[in-house]
Amino acid sequence: MAEPIVEVRNLRKTYGPKVAVDDVSFAVERGEIFGILGPNGAGKTTTVETLAGLRQADGGTVRVRGVDTQRDPAAVRDVLGVQLQEAALHDKITVSEALNLFAGFYADPADPDELLAMLDLTPHADRRFAKLSGGQKQRLSIALALIGNPEIAILDELTTGLDPQARRTTWELVERVRATGVTILLVTHFMEEAERLCDRLVIIDAGNVVAEGTPQELIDGLEGGRTVVVRFAPQDVERGRRELAVLADRDAEVEGVAPVDGSDTEIAVTGTRRVLFSLVPALAAADLVPDDVRTVTRSLEDVFLAHTGRAYLPGADDAGAPTDTTLITEGARS
Amino acid sequence: MTAATVTTAPTRVRPSGAGWRGFGRLLRTEATVWLRDSASVFFGILFPTVLLVGVGFGIPGMREPMTDDVPPDSIWYGVTPIATYLPTVLAMAVGTLAILSLPVTFATFRDKGVLRRLSTTPMRPQAIIVAHLVINVATTFVGVALALTVAQLAFGIVRPEQLGVVVGAFLLGMLSLFSLGMLLSAVVNKPSTANAVASLVYFPLLFLAGLWTPGPIMPDVVRQIGQFTPMGAAAQAMDTGWFGEGFPMLQFVVMAAWTVVLLPLSVRLFRWA
Repeated sequence: MAEPIVEVRNLRKTYGPKVAVDDVSFAVERGEIFGILGPNGAGKTTTVETLAGLRQADGGTVRVRGVDTQRDPAAVRDVLGVQLQEAALHDKITVSEALNLFAGFYADPADPDELLAMLDLTPHADRRFAKLSGGQKQRLSIALALIGNPEIAILDELTTGLDPQARRTTWELVERVRATGVTILLVTHFMEEAERLCDRLVIIDAGNVVAEGTPQELIDGLEGGRTVVVRFAPQDVERGRRELAVLADRDAEVEGVAPVDGSDTEIAVTGTRRVLFSLVPALAAADLVPDDVRTVTRSLEDVFLAHTGRAYLPGADDAGAPTDTTLITEGARS
Repeated sequence: MTAATVTTAPTRVRPSGAGWRGFGRLLRTEATVWLRDSASVFFGILFPTVLLVGVGFGIPGMREPMTDDVPPDSIWYGVTPIATYLPTVLAMAVGTLAILSLPVTFATFRDKGVLRRLSTTPMRPQAIIVAHLVINVATTFVGVALALTVAQLAFGIVRPEQLGVVVGAFLLGMLSLFSLGMLLSAVVNKPSTANAVASLVYFPLLFLAGLWTPGPIMPDVVRQIGQFTPMGAAAQAMDTGWFGEGFPMLQFVVMAAWTVVLLPLSVRLFRWA
């Protein structure tokens, strides 16, 4: 195995009495999309900001390409592209001015025009930042993170506030960026986004890593049962419910039968991994032909639930890092 | 693990020691964007001229040499009132940019996270501060040059008695007022707060520098207090240099003291986020 391009070990960061990051460790391989997933306030942003050398850790080590970014944050600025949560540009700067400005900071910048084209911003090149839509601002923000031709790009909550269409477009874009060889560290509180984009991820809760792996590994690793939802024609619903109740009584693979909230015709059947094998013969025996049968897909939300014992509420505890905390800059450190 | 399985990713060679690379472009871009704000252009460049012309032509008698209103031994004897207004207007020109404009600019940066965003790039965030100091200082010179030119054309200005004192007082006044502006810039977080705080500092300073009571008509108590403020000291020192004799030592010391205290303090207190 090659040396990980990013390595975080036992990272700890507190703001006064508040522990933002308790103990976080993970390693990112070159070329992958690595996710940091968790509810707001879990410590995701603090983790990547410390990783980028913007905040001083209270414990642990963070290395980017083998460089300790706590000791020498300037050493990785050229290879680390960062997209912060909030937009951070003048209202009156145009898209192309911003991109050209940032290009000037790097030794080996990308071609601003190519990036504009890649991010579908070419038609808006002369538009001022304040006049851009949320999606356009977000795409510009990604462009600015990529303008230095980074080896690693940190993208923090890049689809927050976007409509579903813009979100999908942004996801495709992230995949295109990865295809150019950039390692991506994706911070998100959207389970769906992590599941769709990440090769591997850590789930963080209350400053600790609660799970790590590929989305599929995490989901497949879940203990416990499956749920199958059966939909009957209206005239069959009553009989279907009776038959399924009988099935639940006599078959150990079937653990529960319950109507689905908000639906008169759907019934959820829960049980072991083999519940479907019991369900289908029982329906056949009763000659109940369902209009629809679907297995409920398990997701990272179930993984979160399994590891924390809580349902995933991404917006809960929306504390985040205090904004008045002094960030480290070269000037402030000297 | 065998050697064959070890893959070493290509490492691009990057020159280190960056930190100011792209500063020229930063300065140009910041200046362009700053000039898009019409308030900056008006208050920074045009305001001193507009004020001089407005007062000079709007108030009767401003262009008549004073022979009856001041004693013959006064430094202002035979000088037009509008000419006595010049030192105050020049001090105001500096103060407008240093105290009204600069803190709002930096508070906006802090509020929007511009400084933070910059610190994720190889460019040092200090660069944007330097860029705005350059922009504001340059604008001050442009505004003052315009005011002097127009004043010369419209009213004919008296040649300063001691040009060196006037220039020295102007430059030292600039240092002390920009130091005060930087102190406000260092700590104010929100643009609205910056506006409020800057106004609270700016208008009393204008009053003490004689914007409403320039030169010969300034009450003695205003002069006594004003000489200890950076803007008032600058105006009084330029007054002496322009129309009088001797070296305005007290005023120079006052301006130097403000600078020596405030400048390091503002560097120390500067908040990046």
